Amino acid sequence: MSEAGATKKFLYINRKAPYGTIYAWESLEVVLIGAAFEQDVSLLFMDDGVYQLIKGMDTKGIGMKNFSATYSALGDYDVNKIYVDKDALAERGLTLEDLQHLVWEDENEDWAEKDSIRLVSRDEIAGLLEEQDVIFNF
Amino acid sequence: MSIEVNGKSIETDEEGYILNLSDWDEDIANELAKEEGIDMSENHWEVVNFLREYYDEYQIAPAVRVLTKAIGKKLGAEKGNSKYLYELFPYGPAKQACKIAGLPKPTGCI
Repeated sequence: MSEAGATKKFLYINRKAPYGTIYAWESLEVVLIGAAFEQDVSLLFMDDGVYQLIKGMDTKGIGMKNFSATYSALGDYDVNKIYVDKDALAERGLTLEDLQHLVWEDENEDWAEKDSIRLVSRDEIAGLLEEQDVIFNF
Repeated sequence: MSIEVNGKSIETDEEGYILNLSDWDEDIANELAKEEGIDMSENHWEVVNFLREYYDEYQIAPAVRVLTKAIGKKLGAEKGNSKYLYELFPYGPAKQACKIAGLPKPTGCI
């Protein structure tokens, strides 16, 4: 990172279902803004927030813009730490297979594709929160 | 606000970005470019078309850093750098090229 001291660790916590409220989309926009300013950005999906990453979302019936595809752009923004609460997934009868396959490309390894999503336990989440300079809760 | 193209009035926001993406066509792009003082060359079109494809795929207009990287990957390093892109779009490649491409202002645009 350039400009020593200008980079902070930002964690964005997403807790709500993707549609019905504006939280998920607003969070995504703020994430992209933070990343555009080259901050160290992580995302955490927990509670109903895990539904935001479900693949094959169709919003035609509710007349809202489908922003599922935008999560795939996160890798382009160097956002490659996407944590998902594995208990929240299990409690909703979901597995990693139900989520979009989000990847980033490692410039240092000839653009090799790497997975962005990491499943974490609640103990690991506690540690994750501890490391951050700034936490946003959506 | 609005602009006139081929006798049709196209609605824009106060900064000149067109409001309905579906209104866009190449004549409108040329008109928007003219207002930005840009004469559209093949190289300009290449970037504008790239942005439209990016929006189509990801539903957002990319920030300039992301645009630069993505262009470099697709069109080669001699085009994927800010010098080249600023020569084409002196007031900011993301901002001006997005406007001409009929897209919203990029998220996180300064």
